Amino acid sequence: MSVPMPTSPSSPALQSGESGLHPLQTARSSLTLRRRLVNALIVLLTTLAALFAAGLLVYLLCYVLSQGLRYINLDFFTQLPTPNGEPGGGMGEAFQGSLILIALASLMGVPLGLFTGIYLAEFGRGPFAQGVRFLVDVLNGIPTIIFGLLAWVLIVIPMQTFSGLAGGFALGMIMIPIVTRTSEDVLRLVPRELREASLALGATEARTILQVVLPAARSGIITGVVLAMARVAGETAPLLMTAFGTTFWNTDITQPMDALPLRIFQFTLSPYQQQVNQAYAGAFVLIVLILLASLAVRLATGGFKQR
Amino acid sequence: MIQERVSLSKARQQWVRWQRLLRVQRPGDLFFRGITLLFVLIVLGLVAGTAWILISNSLPTIRRFGFSFLTNKAFDPVHDVYGVLPAIFGTLITSTFALIFAVPLGVGAAIFLVDFCPRPFRLVLAFLIDLLAAIPSVIYGLWGFLVLAPWLHNYGEPWLQQRLGFLPLFQGQPEGVGYLGAGIVLTMMVLPLIISVSREVMLVTPVAQREALLALGATRWEVIRHAVLPFARIGILGGVILALGRALGETMAVTMIVGNQANEPSLSLFTPGYTLASVIANQFGEATPGLFLSAIIEAGLILFAITLITNILARWLIASLQRQAQGRSRGGRL
Repeated sequence: MSVPMPTSPSSPALQSGESGLHPLQTARSSLTLRRRLVNALIVLLTTLAALFAAGLLVYLLCYVLSQGLRYINLDFFTQLPTPNGEPGGGMGEAFQGSLILIALASLMGVPLGLFTGIYLAEFGRGPFAQGVRFLVDVLNGIPTIIFGLLAWVLIVIPMQTFSGLAGGFALGMIMIPIVTRTSEDVLRLVPRELREASLALGATEARTILQVVLPAARSGIITGVVLAMARVAGETAPLLMTAFGTTFWNTDITQPMDALPLRIFQFTLSPYQQQVNQAYAGAFVLIVLILLASLAVRLATGGFKQR
Repeated sequence: MIQERVSLSKARQQWVRWQRLLRVQRPGDLFFRGITLLFVLIVLGLVAGTAWILISNSLPTIRRFGFSFLTNKAFDPVHDVYGVLPAIFGTLITSTFALIFAVPLGVGAAIFLVDFCPRPFRLVLAFLIDLLAAIPSVIYGLWGFLVLAPWLHNYGEPWLQQRLGFLPLFQGQPEGVGYLGAGIVLTMMVLPLIISVSREVMLVTPVAQREALLALGATRWEVIRHAVLPFARIGILGGVILALGRALGETMAVTMIVGNQANEPSLSLFTPGYTLASVIANQFGEATPGLFLSAIIEAGLILFAITLITNILARWLIASLQRQAQGRSRGGRL
């Protein structure tokens, strides 16, 4: 939202004008010199702040990406880690585990978030809905390790083993508020006329929502789900105390399960250079996945806004 | 939405509600509405359940130690004595450090993005900032542990000590891992958040106010100083508190670089320490049922309470700014 800048009274054209200036204008141009200097200083300072902030973060991104790229190969995606940092090996079980965990989390987070979003957008009026909205926001701000703690107390301790199930539950809790807020937002963007047309044709409210409103908002809802999946794909803290990690293939969700961020975490702290390299490669894959998800989301929502 | 509600009178509201209820007489609709409500109730139950489980499971340590849990320095499973003073201290010092550097940088960068940035770069930079906000914390942790900590140990901390060693902040043994490293990593992690929130609230400044000042011959900075910043102040504060909440609860990146030692609270930034989140992440593995378990969960409860309060405060501030913006734009049209 930029405001077009009119030429300021101190523009060179005016200043170079000869002594034919009005007395007030000469007084002002000497004042504007200081003001213009302050203005220039601020422009410089904020530019530096932006460059520094962006530069720092871009450096971090480029560093990790360039380090990681060197250790990416086919084995990295299909092999198990080698014992004690012997050469070769990969993170296959981490990819497998991450997929299973994200699927489990989506199984819980998507329906809960979507229906809460539908409720808020379609029926949500009055203080109760405001309260729900507020609590969903609060849920979004709770540190994720708290959900790990929750799943640990609820599932891991009674079952006496770390498990993919507990990890999926913790990640599902994280997905709920993201899916809720994005689906509420996109459902509100569906034009009122569409609903009215459907109701006027004699469709019931339920049918209108399920067959007219939801399909119209489909791309936005999918965007929200992808965003939520990308978010939990990088979560580590809650998995430490739930899925725990393993270096073997595992599809049994009642057993400890590996995940990409967990493996990155463990290998980062490893004393073996081979494993540290693998951690960089894992970080590379994670960043690329999240970059792709953000790009897809940006393209989808960009198209959405233009309409 | 809000505007619609405001414009309806009480009686009309009642009428609309009745109409709505009459329309939903069909069993299919009632059923569908019931289902969505059921899911909402499940979500509410999950939030309430989280709070209840944290409270009920930390009762043993609350009963045993009371307030001394907050002031006790030892987290000692061997003697069954637990306290989180070093963790609370570490949480506060690293978060404060992060805010001191991230707030001016972030707000400055946001001003640049809103007012000074050449048009073609604007979208690219905004996208980049959003992307960086989405980078998982384990990546920041990886960089902090593998790159930043060794650098601090070999160059950064000795350099600081040589030049600023007379300050208590920079005394002690340079170790690389510690509050300084954790503070730097946290600064980088909350920067994107502060930039994007500040940018959003500055963008809602009424155009009329900017134009009025420009018409008076104000420079760009004067427009920001007298129109944008006063308007966005509350929203920026909300964003800063949101960032504080994030910094307080951040686990992985901090756990990887803060050192994880329950040291005496000291002013030196070189000291390896603990934060509430890293206590949980580090200690759960050895937890035995009883007081130990309860102590970890109480640390979680404290973290939960602190972040809950900061989040509620932040959202309340941002919401009040949005109400203010709506009020002004309505006033403008009248």
